[in-house]
Formats: sequence, structure tokens, C-alpha cells
Amino acid sequence: MSVEHAGAPAPHDHGRTPGGRHATGYDDDTRARLTADAQEIIARYPQARSALLPMLHLVQSQDGYVSPRGIAFCAATLGISTAEVSAVATFYTQYKRHPNGTYTVGVCTNTLCAVMGGDAIWEELSEHLGIGHDETTDDGAITLERIECNAACDYAPVVMVNWEFFDNQTPASAVDVVDRLVGGEAVAPTRGASSVCTFKEMSRVLAGFPDGRVDEGVGAGEATVRGTRLARERGWTAPSFDADEHAATPVTGQDEPGAGEERSSADRPTTTPADASPAREQRKQKSDDAKES
Amino acid sequence: MTTLTPVLSAHWDADRSWKLARYEADGGYRGLRRALGMAPADVVTTVKDSGLRGRGGAGFPTGMKWGFLPAPDGGPRYLVVNADESEPGTCKDIPLMMASPQELIEGVAITSYAIGCHHAFIYVRGEVLHVYRRLLEAVREAREAGYLGTDILGSGFDLEVTVHAGAGAYICGEETALLDSLEGLRGQPRLKPPFPAVAGLYARPTVVNNVESVASVPGILRGGAEWFTSMGTERSAGHGLFSLSGHVTRPGQYEAPLGITLRELLDMAGGVRAGHQLKFWTPGGSSTPIFTAEHLDVPLDYESVGKAGSMLGTRALQIFDETTSVVKAVSRWIQFYKHESCGKCTPCREGTFWLAQIMGRLEAGQGTSADIDLLLDLCDNILGRAFCALGDGATSPVTSAIQYFREEFEAGTHTPADVLFPPERSSLFDYTPRRSTQLAGVHA
Repeated sequence: MSVEHAGAPAPHDHGRTPGGRHATGYDDDTRARLTADAQEIIARYPQARSALLPMLHLVQSQDGYVSPRGIAFCAATLGISTAEVSAVATFYTQYKRHPNGTYTVGVCTNTLCAVMGGDAIWEELSEHLGIGHDETTDDGAITLERIECNAACDYAPVVMVNWEFFDNQTPASAVDVVDRLVGGEAVAPTRGASSVCTFKEMSRVLAGFPDGRVDEGVGAGEATVRGTRLARERGWTAPSFDADEHAATPVTGQDEPGAGEERSSADRPTTTPADASPAREQRKQKSDDAKES
Repeated sequence: MTTLTPVLSAHWDADRSWKLARYEADGGYRGLRRALGMAPADVVTTVKDSGLRGRGGAGFPTGMKWGFLPAPDGGPRYLVVNADESEPGTCKDIPLMMASPQELIEGVAITSYAIGCHHAFIYVRGEVLHVYRRLLEAVREAREAGYLGTDILGSGFDLEVTVHAGAGAYICGEETALLDSLEGLRGQPRLKPPFPAVAGLYARPTVVNNVESVASVPGILRGGAEWFTSMGTERSAGHGLFSLSGHVTRPGQYEAPLGITLRELLDMAGGVRAGHQLKFWTPGGSSTPIFTAEHLDVPLDYESVGKAGSMLGTRALQIFDETTSVVKAVSRWIQFYKHESCGKCTPCREGTFWLAQIMGRLEAGQGTSADIDLLLDLCDNILGRAFCALGDGATSPVTSAIQYFREEFEAGTHTPADVLFPPERSSLFDYTPRRSTQLAGVHA
């Protein structure tokens, strides 16, 4: 795979040298391309402002971080102030305030992963790369992060590279991953595309523009399917759909209202005891112990 | 003995399990076809009768939530799927969407039909790139096959689905924060009421449902309410994904009827790792009070877990053995809540900040004799005093850990947690800790 950081300008050339000047605008071609993309994003939503989060991912796909010119672009496109854009950009951890490395390497150090060995992986990587949390190697290859739970606890300890899963890691395996990334090799996640893409490429996908790699990789890892396979081995199944599917007829077969029309689900007063059907009512579902889910 | 009941997870190990053709071959979209032959109100009734309760943590009856929408006024109504799975220990929705995203898409179509929604949103956390790829493609495939778009399967029903990637914020799993985030704002919870059913996305009537809840709907339509209630308990009906992680021999996803026990699940998963014993566990993520070995036989349903002093939550069963320091575990969770507090409400913002400082010094063996009372007092000043449940969740591990392991907190006044419980003994691999640095740099 091509490696973006090889021969690329050092991160500070993007304009974040202390005392230096930010780049303040895009050239015409870039602006036209970003504008077309932004319009496509805006069209996905009933209200344009909803496009802001994906547009910030789009900015990162261009600049490798949420740049001042990117903020200005979002503000101008959506008709809001740069302060409003910045307020949003600074709220979310995936938006970077300085140029990111080609690869974000995140070590989960939330409790479960930390106890299973995530702390040791973090210490090893931090020392090996010579950087701490949210810092980038001098060659611009790796940005190291401590990350929170990434919903892969059954694969602990977990490392994420550009938000692809590297499951069941050890200090040695994690060092091997970063060394191969720095060396420009294609590196495959445990569950994900057949190789990790760059931070900018990833950001473009997160803006909602598919990269054609959806069919790469596995559907599930070993831990994910343990229950599925155990059930099959032991002949355990859920009750069959079939009896009911074949015998039953629809509850009403005529005079069906369309959604939102008279007599549709919504054409009712707020819930009362009578709102539940008799069968349900018998179970006397208490609602006082239930909160929002 | 309770056995597993794979419904959502039945075909996760199939070849190219995420493809629409595979899903259709296994009976996919029969639920939607059935629903489209029913009146929307009858679809709502079927789901009410099934007893399905929200699988995102709080367990609110799903059909009842749909029924809260006011009568149509001619304007739009929305379904928003909460796919922002971030609760520590919770790891069920993400693998579901990676392995079999069509289950969710079919559920979205049925739910939207039932509530009169023509534009649904799936808000997935941004930190799962391949899952986002799979969702985008699942929507594309479903639209191409006529399951989404205009005049779905000739029914006259129209539905567009937008898959939206977040950008890293635990708080966006809270439904009103999620809505603000989806509107392009900072993800901060709203004061309720009004509830989303009345004024949700763009101040319009909105249903926010968890991924697993929505994905459970097609099966209910296929099998009927009685099929669903034939699993689980009377008030906690149906199947659910139980996620075992930590010091367990075979961690993973185990789909079972609600009401199964941890003892039964551990037996299926090969038990606690060899040579060790269960010390403490979470029944439903870090925001649910911890349990110990004395709770191995508590039925994992909403009522029984509640009665035993915790919450079923997301069925995120994090298993810790005797090598683990409770103080260190709680300290790290508190760092998480402090980091993720959105800052809107003072008790949560300041309270988690103070909790983190006290837990930090207890972990370092530098606590004071007044710290346990101070922790409990702080929790008392956080619980129930903020707009959302994040602060409440932060108090759960603290108060429950003090309840069951008070002596370890007392030890925190004189001995570091890493001395009492050397971390290399908890780790799943052998290593030699860097003693000089191990207490430094905890959460920048």
C-alpha cells in the first residue's frame, strides 16, 4: 500500500509552528471538490446543520486535522460562525486540533483492557515510540492515544489503528504492528479491511464516502461466534419461527391504513392502560421502574 | 438448565455473513413482508405484546415507547437508532452490525413503518471504521433490493435511511445528547420533558431505540409475540446477547433467554481462567453496581438483577478474578466518567473530577481515613442531580465497591494498589512491569 508519510511534509508544515501562520484557504480546485462533497453530505439530512460532524471528518480527510481553513469552510458552507464550528470540533475526541500522524494508534486503557494487559501495552508502545498520549512521532507516522472502551471487550486487550480492530494484543504484537506501519508495510487488522488505510482515507469514509473495501475481512472474530458455535455443537436452538410463519395470517388483512394516515400507529392518544392489548395488559407491565433506554 | 437461543447471532459465522443474499437465504425480510401486510397499529401492538424491552440498558418497553408518539400532524416523525455503543464492557451491537447489518436494517424498516417514519437515522460511533462501511453498504444493498426507498415491496410505504458516524463522545449514547449531536451540535443531554417522543430530532416526534432492540423486531414479526415470550421470564421476555469478557476462559457473545445466570454462562464459557476464582463482575457495564461470587445464581433479568441491587444494563458481563484490585478498577472507571462528563451539569462535572482525585490517591496508597466517607458523600451529591444518567453511572462502581470491598479502600490509606495486587498477575500475558513508571501518566 502507499504510505502517506513517506516523503510527506513534516506535520508542522501544515501551519501549526508556534508563531507561524495558518493556511487560510483552499486553492480553487480543492475548494470546488470539497464544496461538491459538502453538498452531497448536506443532502443526506433534512436540516443542513446536521452535516457538520461528517463535514469535519471531510476536513480531516483533506488536512489531516481540523484546520483553521477547514473550520472557516464549514462555517461558510453552513452559514454559522467559526466559533460555533470550533465549539463542536473541540467536543469530540476524533477531531484533532493539530496535524495527526498517518496512523492513529489507540491503546484501550479503560478498566477491563487495562487489567488484562492494556496498561503494559501502553507503557511498551509509549517507550518504544518515545511519545505520550496525543503525541505524534517526528516522522509523522504515528499518533499515540490512550482510548476508552471500543466495544470489543471480548477481545481484550484491544488496540485500534485508524479505528480498525487489533484484537488480543500483547506488548510484542503491538510493537510489531507499529514497526511495520512505520516501515511502510501493509498491516492487516484482526477484524476490518485487509489493510489499515491512512488517517485521511479513514476520515473520508467517516464523512460517508465508501472506499470500496466493505467486503474485505471477516464477518466476525472467534469470540463473536463462540455462542453461535457452542449452540450448534450442542443442538441448542431458539424456538422455530416456522410453525407460526406458516399457520398464522396477518392480524388484519383488509383496509390497512398507510403509515401516518388515519388509524395508523400514531393516531392514538398517549398511552393509557387500554393502549396495551389484553394479552399484554395481563402481564401488568410496570413502567415506573423503567427509564429511557 | 438454560440453553442458548441464537436468533440474532444464529448466522454470524456464515460465509460473507454481512451480505444481503446470505440474510435473505436465512429468512431475512420475511418480517418486513409480514409487517407491510398489517396495519401499522397492529405492528405496534405485536411488539407491545412481545414484551420486548429496550436492550440499550434501561429496559423501557419498546412498543410502549413507540406508542408515546403523538397523533400525526402532517409533519415528519423520525426513528433514530442508537448505535453509539460505548458503555465500558458492552460489546454486542458493534459485532452484530459488523457480522449481520441487515438484521438492523430490516428492523429499521419495520419500526419506521409502525411509527409512520419516512426518514430514519442510524447514529454509529465513529471509532468503528469497518462497521460503518458495513452499514453504508447494507443500506445500499437494501435500497437496491427494494427494501428501502420508495414504494417498498409495492406497499406504497417510503423510507430513506441515513447512516451517520459520530466522532468520539460516550455521552452521545444518551438519547437526547445523541439527538443534539445528530443536529450538528455538541452532544449534551437535554432537559426532559419534553421527551423525544414529543420533541426529538429537529423538535419533531422521535423514537430512539438501541441497535439490539430494533434488530429483535423482525424476529417478533416472523414468529409472533408468543414466539418471543416463549423465551425469557414473564416480565423480561425474549432473547438477549450476553457479552462475557475479562478473566474468563472463552470470552464472547452468548445469546440466551433473559433470566439465565452467570453460573450457567460461565459454565458454557469454560469458567473463570484456569487456577483463579471469581472476585467481582458487572452485570451490565461499568455503570451498573458490581456483583460478587454471591450473585452467581441471580437470574439475569431486569427484575432479579434490580432486586439484588444492580441493573441488567447491557448484559456486559465483565469478569475479574482475585488478582484484580477493586480500587484500581474503580479508579480507572472514574477516570473514564470524568473524561466523558460533558460538563453541562455541575454535580457531574465537578463530582467526577473530585471522585477521580480521591480514587487516585487511594490507588496510590495515599488516601486518608476520611476518604471513604468523602467518596460516599460525593456520590450522594451526584446521584440524581444531573440531567442525564452519566453521573449516576459514575457513582455505581464506587458505592458498590465500597459495599463489598471496603477493606481494600481502607488499605488505600497506606499501600498502593499495585503492591497489593501486582498488575502482571492480572494480565493475560506474562510481562515485567516498569515499576518506576507504572503509576505515572494515568489518563492525560
